Amino acid sequence: MKSITKIMAASLIGSTFLVAPVVAANVPAGVELAADQTFTYRVLDEHSSVDPQIVEDVSGSELVRDLFEGLLNQDADGVLIPGVAESWEASNGNLTYTFKLRSDAKWSNGDPVTAGDFVYSWQRLADPKTASPYAWFMEIMSLENASEIVAGEKEPSELGVSAPDDHTLVVNLTAPLPYFAAMTTHASTFPSPQKVVEEFGTDWTKPENIVSNGAYVLTEHVPSERSVRERNPNYWNDSETVIDKVVALVINDENIALTRYLAGELDRTEVPAGQYPDLKKKYPDQALSFPKLCSYYYSFNVSDSGPEAFKDVRVRQALSYALDRSVVTEQVLKGGQFPAFTFTPGATANFTVPDVAFAKMSQAERDAKAKELMEAAGYNADNPLSFELLYNTSEAHKKVATVAAQMWKQKLGAEVTLANQEWKVFLEVRGKQDFDLARGGWCGDYNEASTFLDLLTTPSGYNDGKYSNAEVDKLMTDAKTASDPSDNYTRVEEILANEMPLIPVYHYTGVYMMGADIIGSWPVKNVEQNWYSRDLYKVK
Amino acid sequence: MFIFILKRIGIAIPTLLVLIVFSFVIMKSAPGGPFTSERPLPAQVLLNLEIKYGLDKPYHEQLINYVVDIVTKFDFGPSFRYKDRSVNDIIAQGFPITLTYGIWSFVLAVSVGVSLGIVAAIKHNSWIDYTAVGFSISAQVLPNFVMAPILVIIFTLTLGWLPGGGWNGGQWQYLVMPVIALSTSYMASIARITRSSMLEVLNSNFIRTAKAKGLSNTQIIFKHALKPALLPVITYLGPAFVGMITGSVVIDMYFSTGGIGQMFVSSALNRDYSVIMGITILMGFLTIMFNLVVDILYAWIDPKIRY
Repeated sequence: MKSITKIMAASLIGSTFLVAPVVAANVPAGVELAADQTFTYRVLDEHSSVDPQIVEDVSGSELVRDLFEGLLNQDADGVLIPGVAESWEASNGNLTYTFKLRSDAKWSNGDPVTAGDFVYSWQRLADPKTASPYAWFMEIMSLENASEIVAGEKEPSELGVSAPDDHTLVVNLTAPLPYFAAMTTHASTFPSPQKVVEEFGTDWTKPENIVSNGAYVLTEHVPSERSVRERNPNYWNDSETVIDKVVALVINDENIALTRYLAGELDRTEVPAGQYPDLKKKYPDQALSFPKLCSYYYSFNVSDSGPEAFKDVRVRQALSYALDRSVVTEQVLKGGQFPAFTFTPGATANFTVPDVAFAKMSQAERDAKAKELMEAAGYNADNPLSFELLYNTSEAHKKVATVAAQMWKQKLGAEVTLANQEWKVFLEVRGKQDFDLARGGWCGDYNEASTFLDLLTTPSGYNDGKYSNAEVDKLMTDAKTASDPSDNYTRVEEILANEMPLIPVYHYTGVYMMGADIIGSWPVKNVEQNWYSRDLYKVK
Repeated sequence: MFIFILKRIGIAIPTLLVLIVFSFVIMKSAPGGPFTSERPLPAQVLLNLEIKYGLDKPYHEQLINYVVDIVTKFDFGPSFRYKDRSVNDIIAQGFPITLTYGIWSFVLAVSVGVSLGIVAAIKHNSWIDYTAVGFSISAQVLPNFVMAPILVIIFTLTLGWLPGGGWNGGQWQYLVMPVIALSTSYMASIARITRSSMLEVLNSNFIRTAKAKGLSNTQIIFKHALKPALLPVITYLGPAFVGMITGSVVIDMYFSTGGIGQMFVSSALNRDYSVIMGITILMGFLTIMFNLVVDILYAWIDPKIRY
């Protein structure tokens, strides 16, 4: 799940006492609003939960951001703005953070939102009895005693968070995190109402029981069919909220969802791979494509269980060079995706895409170089390279894999076997390094290059290809405490372009069909796509 | 008869137990688990989750606890994927949806199928017969995943009469297409079974006797021929009814109805163990029950059958 934002921006402002302007639906002057302010959108799957400390999926977090409000929010550009906290201050060398809470924040039952609510919720997140899949978030937030509490060695009450009074929240950290404030936009840090949670147990999130402090309340939920949220009149900024009702419809298949969008049943849906150009032509005011913080790549298994051939850097380079990314983006996906030559997407904040050599070559030059490298590595028509390309079962992945395999066969004579596996089997097999070359997709947890590059460090639990390079490890460790780590990231990408532990294929885009009446208020510049219904509005 | 029913229920319990054990073993042997994800959880967090859901215990203990909770508390456990919902909740919300469109489909399939079959048999080798047979063959070869999009293209995109999917509390507009899509192939089978069985009955000796006695056609058909002719249809209806009310993943997927058919498949993909088990048991139970109902109906229709 994505969350921490604009780490660099936050680090600049984190150490000063800060009061930023509040932003709600920013309706430009002269715009006439539509009479019906209902926003209906498609979700791929039933959400995991709307309990802030339990939720773990993207669509669930979207609901939680509407139903609950944390200390801070993001605006349409992804910049930090006040939420329940009006202001915040770092002290003690970024080891202590003090948040001042607004006095008019209320729960939907009229009770005031207090600092104690946050203390309760954060302790609840770390408590092993809650068994939150996001308990580790308290650990990466570096809260005092978080790891010990998660491990059951200390009581949740010993967590480094306290409420000296109802409107002051003090957080003590074990590491000086300049970007700590930005982490409070993550759904798992949002408050939950202690009284209600204790009264109803796991049933507290049912529409008939739930009490929340966000701009909306949950009024209806039919699992796997729909959830409905409506305006919370007790929300402190309700007067500046425009959308009255938000309906999320679960539609598993994106083609069916598109049909229903075209029948006028939805205000937003995803565009299936390959259909964007046609839709853009037919509905120029409704088709939308914007960069997202996600990368699509193929990992080489360079561990002991991997094929001998992939331990030769020339083979890895040759395969990467010979893959014509523009065919994938322009002829297969057609949704404005960006050909990738680095692992980190260019849209990432404060990341300068390095001038890696192979990105500057023409495809013909890359092909020639690839053939040369392959020859040098000892592979030719008599001794062809052969390996298996593994991906999780999906039409889109199959298309990309087929195109890639075809290019490698034509240009390098490689014999590629395609293999697909059901998602959970795939994860297990890939996690055990039981593959040659495997598909991967990674979306940034926050808008900073380390969310991608940490993946390629030796200790990373997500490093499926088991790539290991001491210099990369050191650069990434240093980056954690550096005042400006962008040079480190550039250097790491240069190393990756040389050693090619993975083949970056493309950087994702968000590709939507969105009603012409609401498209103008969609936060396309928020690359993490942390959107809040209270910021949207429909025009006439 | 009463003893027969008791006996059958007596057999049902061990059958269900075998089903539970069998499903449990298959489920546990599938790679991955409910908490496997793209980003592997830290070991401590995973352990806390496993402790909370009892997955840290040995398999046999998990199985025993599961069965004990069902028998003593009728508690099918919490969902591992939808953590603030229990399996009882999920079934209580999804099953009525499935049941609603399932029963309507059943009613439609039986009424249209049986009438079509009877008419075709009575007007044997006439244009009515050919039309009915033609219709049922084409309905049968059109699977519901082809039928569903065709319906949507006609009724939603072209005519704009019906919503393209959803449930919306079960309003009739939302029911029409799922019911048609689900019932047609059943309808076709029922029509064909009824037709051939009716033909056979109409050519039998006792019908010839009835005709010789000078009974009217209506009397012959409804009073004498229909009951024996429906015997093979009833055999088919038991499993067909269970098939319809336990939902269809195609209908749920295509019309986003929120029924348990889709839930069943997604729970398997999510390795949501307790939901998989809950729905399996529900389907098993219904299959056993309706087979029993069919057997009872047999005895009522066919005097030759005695239990």
